[in-house]
Amino acid sequence: MSILVVLELKDGKVKPVSLSAVTCAKLLSQKTGLLYNVALIGAPSDSAVEEASHLGAQKVFVCSEEHLKHYTAENFKIAVVKIAELSGAKYVISVASSLGKDLMPRVAAKLGAGMASEIIEVIDGETFKRNMYAGTVIATVRLKSDIKVLTVKGTAFEKAEKVSSKSEIHKVEVKEVFEGKRFVELRETKSARPELTEASVVVSVGRGIKGPENIKIAEELTDVLGGALGASRAVVDAGWLPNDYQVGQTGKTVAPQLYIALGISGAIQHVAGMKDSKFVVAINKDPEAPIFQIADAGLVADLFQAVPELTQKLKKLKEQSMG
Amino acid sequence: MKILVTAKRTPDPYSKIKLKPDGSGIDTSNIKFVINSFDEIAIEEGLRKKEKFGGEVVVVSIGTQECVEQIRTALAMGADRGILVDTGGRYLDQLGVAKILARIVEDEKPDLVILGKQAIDDDANQVSQILAELLGWPQATFASKVDIDLNSKKAVVEREVDGGIEVDEVSLPAVISADLRLNQPRYASLPGIMKARQKPLKTVKIEDLKVDVSPSVEVLKFEAPPQRQGGKKVKDVDELIQALKESKVLPF
Repeated sequence: MSILVVLELKDGKVKPVSLSAVTCAKLLSQKTGLLYNVALIGAPSDSAVEEASHLGAQKVFVCSEEHLKHYTAENFKIAVVKIAELSGAKYVISVASSLGKDLMPRVAAKLGAGMASEIIEVIDGETFKRNMYAGTVIATVRLKSDIKVLTVKGTAFEKAEKVSSKSEIHKVEVKEVFEGKRFVELRETKSARPELTEASVVVSVGRGIKGPENIKIAEELTDVLGGALGASRAVVDAGWLPNDYQVGQTGKTVAPQLYIALGISGAIQHVAGMKDSKFVVAINKDPEAPIFQIADAGLVADLFQAVPELTQKLKKLKEQSMG
Repeated sequence: MKILVTAKRTPDPYSKIKLKPDGSGIDTSNIKFVINSFDEIAIEEGLRKKEKFGGEVVVVSIGTQECVEQIRTALAMGADRGILVDTGGRYLDQLGVAKILARIVEDEKPDLVILGKQAIDDDANQVSQILAELLGWPQATFASKVDIDLNSKKAVVEREVDGGIEVDEVSLPAVISADLRLNQPRYASLPGIMKARQKPLKTVKIEDLKVDVSPSVEVLKFEAPPQRQGGKKVKDVDELIQALKESKVLPF
């Protein structure tokens, strides 16, 4: 009996956010006494296998078939289930990324497992906390099934750190292929900035930015801070920024050191995606905007004046500190 | 083509959610119930596909008799008939819901099932994927665009994923889950509402489906999240920079 963590790959490398699932496995390991294994499915690079073998796992299962080069839930499910069965997994865990959300319920269905989505806390081996109602409620849920499947909210668990000991590496063959689905392409949003979920500074824009032509004001501030750009749902719905910029209950959850909300009113769905940020700045001309209630520093001002001024002054400060 | 869509009864997304004092659930006394926002998008997509290709849209809701309201709304939008699975108020987990839907799919044999990607109450985001697995069908979750080719019996689906948009091709029958930007749902028209009253609505008792829906996921209690302490204001940009420096969150 053991715990299985499904790591996520991006261009052959381990996605840092998926290391939060390893931390969850460590906590479960402490509570249950079970050891954990990790799975790399797809096309892991040698360095990814090396990295995975230093995460304190008992074993690393590597499954790199040609038909798994591109992710599909149907084919990855076959691989995860095979590894889960091989390793006697009582828990199967991944981060609640778009891949984890797509894949894990399918895995749970195949294993006949109960599943808790986007958990934020491990209470014991069968009890977990998770958000409901767009983060306005925290529910304590219990999984009664023999096998349990979990996705973890990436911001709720630290990323597991490298350990010096090395895990055994096992190759796993999977020949079964699901025929009804074909990956066509990934139209990646190109950006030189850090990923939203990984960035230590996030600058988000809301409806107050008024139009796509004004987003550069926020971009300039973002780049001075070396951060990532995010958006409220209104901005994404209007097509001013691509969908994967959305921060909120139905978008991404972020918890950076510094979160700067520009022209964002602070609807509960948005707040659910950023409320664990360490320090929140809000700039909005409406003094009644709910975002101010959760801001550590709120500035009631016209963002079209305040933001360029802030950018200029931070730029100077940065130049000074860089000497 | 025949399309099955779902209409979960959930609180209006703009209603204020309050907990019962004992934490056993939410206080529903002052809440307006509507169709789950994501299901509404799924229903709209079903209607658009029917308008393009002909066929039938069947709407399913699982819950108490109160869900008739949500089915009627979907019928008023343009769905052709409704099925209510009357649970008598018993609690179901996601696997239970998916098993019931799979059972209905066996009877109805649709070419496509479209559901909301998640319900705005439990925010689980599981049922579409579980249903696809139970049926052995391909899934296309978080859809923002669905193009169907009836000749090849395939759908090309654009999906909202972390890195951008992923495009997948699925063979029909398939399960699709709707994301926010798939479409803008229509409002029910007055003639639509009138017509909806005449449309067939069948009630099925959960016991009669002979599906094991004993839950493996239980909700033990609900609580309010810790409130973030905020509310501090600064008067200008200089004060803001001072606050940033003091809190040591600047990367330089």
